[in-house]
Amino acid sequence: MPEQDQSQRERAFQARIDAEETIEPRDWMPERYRATLIRQIAQHAHSEIIGMQPEGNWITRAPSLRRKAILLAKVQDEAGHGLYLYSAAETLGVDRGELVQQLQEGRQKYSSIFNYPTLTWADVGTIGWLVDGAAITNQLALTHTSYGPYARAMVRICREESFHQRQGFELLMHLSQGTEQQHAMAQDSVNRWWWPSLMMFGPPDQASPNSAQSMAWRIKRVSNDELRQRFVDMTVPQAKALGLTLPDPELSWNQERGHYEFGAIDWDEFARVVGGQGPCNAERLACRRAAYEDGAWVREAAREWAAKHPAGRSEQAA
Amino acid sequence: MTPGEQSPLWEVFVRSRRGLSHNHVGSLHAPDSEMALQNARDLYTRRGEGVSIWVVRSADVHASDPDEKGPLFDPPADKVYRHPTFYTVPEDLKL
Repeated sequence: MPEQDQSQRERAFQARIDAEETIEPRDWMPERYRATLIRQIAQHAHSEIIGMQPEGNWITRAPSLRRKAILLAKVQDEAGHGLYLYSAAETLGVDRGELVQQLQEGRQKYSSIFNYPTLTWADVGTIGWLVDGAAITNQLALTHTSYGPYARAMVRICREESFHQRQGFELLMHLSQGTEQQHAMAQDSVNRWWWPSLMMFGPPDQASPNSAQSMAWRIKRVSNDELRQRFVDMTVPQAKALGLTLPDPELSWNQERGHYEFGAIDWDEFARVVGGQGPCNAERLACRRAAYEDGAWVREAAREWAAKHPAGRSEQAA
Repeated sequence: MTPGEQSPLWEVFVRSRRGLSHNHVGSLHAPDSEMALQNARDLYTRRGEGVSIWVVRSADVHASDPDEKGPLFDPPADKVYRHPTFYTVPEDLKL
């Protein structure tokens, strides 16, 4: 394409974004916009898929049938969310198999939070309350992202996630108001998950190099630090209601700013976990690969069946 | 997953309740229409979102070209007489 056409198209594209119009799959878009979205949506999808593991770990050990049914439904939702997101990524012209392969070979990332272990049953509650709470804060902002299929997936996911957060809160409430041991288990869990949850929003704004372009393209609508502040402001009163404390001595209300102040985040730890040195990185990927390989015979059987019955058995639509 | 091993892509349409038409909700991979329907049921109707599902091979969907948007969709803009508001009738009449 001649250079002039290219810059004209880019101007028209940006004008459409600035007018708050969504970009749809077959619209012209700059290659970097497409690449940025593919990377972000794929990472988001991978996070949902890997995110099934920490909680899935507790399904067979849930303390009651009620809790087991809830946890099964929640983990199934995470799988669904991953699939909505892969579906959105594919509208950008990328092959889903390629994305799955990149995850399994460790060439694409997922949220670092899932590299922490779920040591006790209380962690199931804390993940729902804090981790899903942080995810919802982030995803609510993304319901207004400029790429239509991504925004629509976010709307659906947010609607479903609200049950995830509430069941976690309720679970922790029961533990917190239970025996001394149960209360201690809940507190220990919150102590371990609080700081990693704050890291979920990503590096501070001044250290987030891709943010400016993503904001200009309205892929990202709210900055990392602002989302983090929203989450803290929302969570502190919830912790009080739970009768649990947050492990930060510097946490205090700033009347002037109208926000909570909080202590410094250990960004070295974040870098280590993102870089593959977290407590469970290797385990998560090994489990994902094993699940994929163990399912190979099912995919093969389904392919063979389809090849032998080309007409299928389903009803024609009317 | 080697990309070639991928089963075909299907677009999913769900009728949320009787009296409404099917709406596009997303896509999924499946080797045949039967599995596409089963997967669509698990993926898109976990909360009673539908009473009927259609699946269509994505390769069978043909779309208009977004660059042709003007020539295709602008012409009706100057045919305002296609809208009831174009016409003046006595205000006190129900028409």
